[in-house]
Amino acid sequence: MDIQFTEEQELLRSSVQRLLRDRYDFDARRKIVASEDGFSRKHWAEFAELGLLAAPFSEAAGGLGGGPLSTMIIMQEFGRHLVVEPFVETVVVAGGLLEHAGSDAQHQAYIADIIAGSKLWTLAWTERGSRFDLATVTTTARRDGNDYVLTGEKTAVMAAPWADYLIVSARTSGHRHDRGGVSLFVVDRRAANLDLQSFRTIDGRRAAEISLRGVRGELLGREGEGVAALEACRNRAIGALCAEAVGAIGELNDATLDYSKTRKQFGVTIGSFQVLQHRMVDMFIAHQEALSLMQHLSLSLGDDEAGISRLASGAKSKIGYAGKFVADQAVQLHGGMGMTDELNVGHYFKRISSINIQFGDPAYHVLRYAQLDAAA
Amino acid sequence: MELALSPEDAAFRDEVRAFIKDNYPAEMRVPNPETDLSKEQMLLWHRILHEKGWIAPLWPKEYGGPGWSITRRFIFEQETTRAGTMPPLAFSVTMVGPVIYTFGNAAQKAKFLPRILSGEDWWCQGYSEPGSGSDLATVRTKAVRDGDHYIVNGHKTWTTLAQHADWIFCLVRTDPAAKPQSGISFLLIDMKSPGVTVRPIITIDGSHEVNDVFLENVRVPAENLIGEENKGWTYAKFLLGNERTSMAGIGRSTRYLNRLKKIVKAEIPEDDPAHLEFIRDIARVELDVLALEATELRVVAQMARGIDPGPAASLFKIRGTEIFQDITELTHRAIGNDGLAIREHPVSANRFMPGPDYGHTASEKYLNSRKLSIYGGSNEIQRNIIAKAVLGL
Ligand SMILES: Cc1cc2nc3c(=O)[nH]c(=O)nc-3n(C[C@H](O)[C@H](O)[C@H](O)COP(=O)(O)OP(=O)(O)OC[C@H]3O[C@@H](n4cnc5c(N)ncnc54)[C@H](O)[C@@H]3O)c2cc1C
Repeated sequence: MDIQFTEEQELLRSSVQRLLRDRYDFDARRKIVASEDGFSRKHWAEFAELGLLAAPFSEAAGGLGGGPLSTMIIMQEFGRHLVVEPFVETVVVAGGLLEHAGSDAQHQAYIADIIAGSKLWTLAWTERGSRFDLATVTTTARRDGNDYVLTGEKTAVMAAPWADYLIVSARTSGHRHDRGGVSLFVVDRRAANLDLQSFRTIDGRRAAEISLRGVRGELLGREGEGVAALEACRNRAIGALCAEAVGAIGELNDATLDYSKTRKQFGVTIGSFQVLQHRMVDMFIAHQEALSLMQHLSLSLGDDEAGISRLASGAKSKIGYAGKFVADQAVQLHGGMGMTDELNVGHYFKRISSINIQFGDPAYHVLRYAQLDAAA
Repeated sequence: MELALSPEDAAFRDEVRAFIKDNYPAEMRVPNPETDLSKEQMLLWHRILHEKGWIAPLWPKEYGGPGWSITRRFIFEQETTRAGTMPPLAFSVTMVGPVIYTFGNAAQKAKFLPRILSGEDWWCQGYSEPGSGSDLATVRTKAVRDGDHYIVNGHKTWTTLAQHADWIFCLVRTDPAAKPQSGISFLLIDMKSPGVTVRPIITIDGSHEVNDVFLENVRVPAENLIGEENKGWTYAKFLLGNERTSMAGIGRSTRYLNRLKKIVKAEIPEDDPAHLEFIRDIARVELDVLALEATELRVVAQMARGIDPGPAASLFKIRGTEIFQDITELTHRAIGNDGLAIREHPVSANRFMPGPDYGHTASEKYLNSRKLSIYGGSNEIQRNIIAKAVLGL
């Protein structure tokens, strides 16, 4: 099942690699994270210029038609470099929702600006008490003329302080946990009656809690059918996050292996201790398995196969646990150095921890995988 | 689980409990005492315990210890950790103090011990160096005799809370020609000496807990040498033994586990499948704690009969740290999406943190506790010790 990449895909990979190697080393990233904004508009413009923001969109929507495989290629490299810019939020999550659920008018109004790099987006779906359930929504939307008016609170909205637009899930009918009755809305992040309380995330990004008190929103997709759209969106997001995790796992393994071959204690390199050798073999195996599942998932996402949700949950869980194991061990094997802010290892650890929360933790997804099986 | 206590010991336990309740400073009850308190605040409880005569349970009476039996020491440890009080600085009270009263001369005892007890001197531990972590015997910091002084040059690292320290106890090399273990001396250095520089190391949780300590031509009076020159390794090992037995951390784990149960109750409704999952995971850790606690009680009972647990103490370090890591991880998981947030350091009350208070330190605790399996002799090293010294492999 090994993917034979096309020339175009290889070109995409090498151009992302080149850009990040030249412009996004660990020091450059540190400066970006510490900056006032917390991300780099300049790099975002470069991503646009290179066509990364267009890559996964269909040609009909003005994109390059690269689909989930192009997302996978980009995100694996972003994972290697711990890129903080909101590619997943803007392109994969919001862009994907706009493309798959939006009207022609919405495609025209919004996607071109995403591709051009001039607008940033994110999705606001979690609420206090919703944990990882897409259908648990108490935010309400009331029809008002052609628009809707939204009221409620959203939590842990990644990249919200950077975003120009939000896609917000809100209830147009039904009760708190009902699958039906949830709809999606495009909301201007600077709209009246919308308040943002920003905070820093463990992986050096920014997020916010959002309070909506009568905020105007534009319906995206069919009223009451938001959960199905969100599920498909989450599958694509999982594809992207898994690729990012695999990139980070690969870097951690390389770094740990290198370190174990140079760090000496007791007169020998620590890599000569058998207990650490076996640990690193397990880390290698975890990476191999994660890489394979990542490819399998991305290919299946492209073909839009049946059972894709089950596979996505399985991958999110398995790759999540693999990432956790590798990150724990990478820190452990680096000893005190692994605990420092100065070394990149701890930052990969933190990004993997954060990936393991976004769109559901490994425990949530293994259960979901089991439940979807029972239903089949 | 409780030790079977005599009526006198039970009365002692009640006395300790009441004393903590009446005297533990409210000021010290902050979200994360280890990072959120100033030096002066950290010392508040220390001073109260000192006044009461309870600051150094381990110490013999003649040096200012309370003269407790092993059982009472254990009760005190249990009560103070269960109540979530901040333990007095281990580097001073548990580590260097016993080295000084065991191996130091009369002048050193008279000079240093009272100041440790009162909290006047804050000590830090200068063992590790960039090239010498697990393999401490290779320390390269050099001390060269010059009349009645040593001239010290070297680089110590990972020095916990050196930014507050008045003194550092160091392993230094005094005989470069000897076998590694035999050329080391144990030297006490005044942090205010010219040539001592402290540089912060920020850890992955964003806090400033550890430091580099650079020693450049530092003149140290020869009277600050502990015991004999080149015998430092013996004293160092003695100290590490003390460090490890105190690492089971049952009281702390129990407290965090109880807290975790409350968080799960508040965060995850019973009809959520994740609820059962958490209940099961928590029960598992609770059994780990129970088994370790039972082991600790068994060892305490043996010690009370004069049996030395020896290298088996490594077991407490391994399991105690693994358990606490599991608990911090589960806590971080329990708060779900709020686990994405982390407080900024230095901590400011004005900064917004999402979610209920109980989750505000979950991320930093989770990250910070990765250190537990690394420091104090990594868990790999502890396993090596058991393999060799207990199992004879
Ligand atoms: C937060 C923190 C606070 C600390 N505070 C202090 C302090 O106050 N004073 C002080 O002196 N030190 C302190 N330390 C240092 C600590 O004791 C060392 O980090 C520890 O001894 C490990 O050494 P190292 O970091 O050099 O790792 P290394 O020794 O380089 O070890 C790297 C990895 O190799 C493994 N390894 C090494 N040897 C073997 C072997 N023989 N078999 C199998 N595996 C092996 C280790 O377990 C580890 O996983 C602190 C460390 C931390 C992280």
